[in-house]
Amino acid sequence: MKNDIHPVQIILYEGDGAQALAPSERFALISQMLDKGYAVLRVTASESGSLPTLSPGIPLTVIGNFDGSAPDLEDAAGRTGITTHDISGLAVDAVLALIEQGRVADQTGLNQPGEAGMWKPWFPVIDYDRCTNCMQCLSFCLFDVYGVDDAQKIQVKNQDNCKTNCPACSRVCPEVAIMFPKYASGPINGDVVNQADLEREKMKVDISSLLGGDIYSRLRDRSEAAKSRFSKERSPDKALEERKRCLTKLQQSGIIPDEVLAELDLASLPSPEEIQRKAAEAAARAEAARQAAAAESS
Amino acid sequence: MSKILYCRCAFAKVVPDATKDAVLEKLCESGAAFESVADLCEMAARKDERLNDLLAGDEGVKIAACYPRAVKWLFHNAGVSFPNDGERINVLNMREQNADEIMESLTQNDDE
Ligand code: SF4
Ligand code: SF4
Repeated sequence: MKNDIHPVQIILYEGDGAQALAPSERFALISQMLDKGYAVLRVTASESGSLPTLSPGIPLTVIGNFDGSAPDLEDAAGRTGITTHDISGLAVDAVLALIEQGRVADQTGLNQPGEAGMWKPWFPVIDYDRCTNCMQCLSFCLFDVYGVDDAQKIQVKNQDNCKTNCPACSRVCPEVAIMFPKYASGPINGDVVNQADLEREKMKVDISSLLGGDIYSRLRDRSEAAKSRFSKERSPDKALEERKRCLTKLQQSGIIPDEVLAELDLASLPSPEEIQRKAAEAAARAEAARQAAAAESS
Repeated sequence: MSKILYCRCAFAKVVPDATKDAVLEKLCESGAAFESVADLCEMAARKDERLNDLLAGDEGVKIAACYPRAVKWLFHNAGVSFPNDGERINVLNMREQNADEIMESLTQNDDE
């Protein structure tokens, strides 16, 4: 699983018993560690800034200018493995190499930005202050990113399934409740939603007119055809052809970016029947949730 | 003094480099202790248990990241409740605000 990675804690210790780094050195070290995917806590001797939080149980690497010998540290409760390194005189690259060696030796995974095969954190984030639980997103998403919890409330369930750079579901949400924080522009990136955004979204095609209209009519045509004694099972080619038409429709709507569509594996997409079934299921769920909410408030 | 949290947004180019570098540079020049993470979105996606600890307690937390609405619901996405009062948690937006403005808020004493 893309997200099955355990966190690592790095502390740059500049408190009692260690020499502070020069500011430029500190910046170079911290920025490069962050750019490699590490989280870094800076601990200072001064009173300024409250002490960072340690998370028990997560392996800890402490680095600092300890003048030749790094202290031996041990978690008295025995929950956290602590490694210390004296980095006096070491260049930034050497410090990074030291930390990396330790991480590899401990077999701790790390999502590394910019490395081939790493997952860009791209997934929908729901603003529940805006969401009305209408389930349009659940109905629309072809990749089962959405689901509901026990209380029938919409949830982002399978964020790993989300297609990088595809903000399509945010565009079908009538309440502008879906954000992609790494999107270029507002309000999808989390910027304040203004009245104009809301008006625009309200006017938007809903899922049935976007996909359903076409799909429903094609299904109807097919069921007519099925009645005919000349009808036969739909060939895989025909199914693929229908998906293509479906995608063309999406493309023309401008809702899914071209580059995302270009990368989609057509054969892995749900069939029009599945899309229709999902839409009906989502509508039923939305209705059930609405009734449950109404019953609760009465 | 509030806790300071800096997000590097390392997996995307949406926060201007000049702003995120300038904020980190100034933090490094200050005497402040601070926490910094590669990418809050990535941590939220993994439901990193550290997110819970970052907001734990009663003290103030100042977060240099992006749009406050996105940050709030990212934490929520990770199962971490984000206090609504706006008093304890203050999100500074490196996509919109400039580095000086952000630094001023980050290093301002809470009782000022
Ligand atoms: S489409 Fe409906 S259920 Fe989905 S986030 Fe928007 S308001 Fe909520
Ligand atoms: S929270 Fe904002 S600044 Fe941080 S990684 Fe996500 S998009 Fe980037």
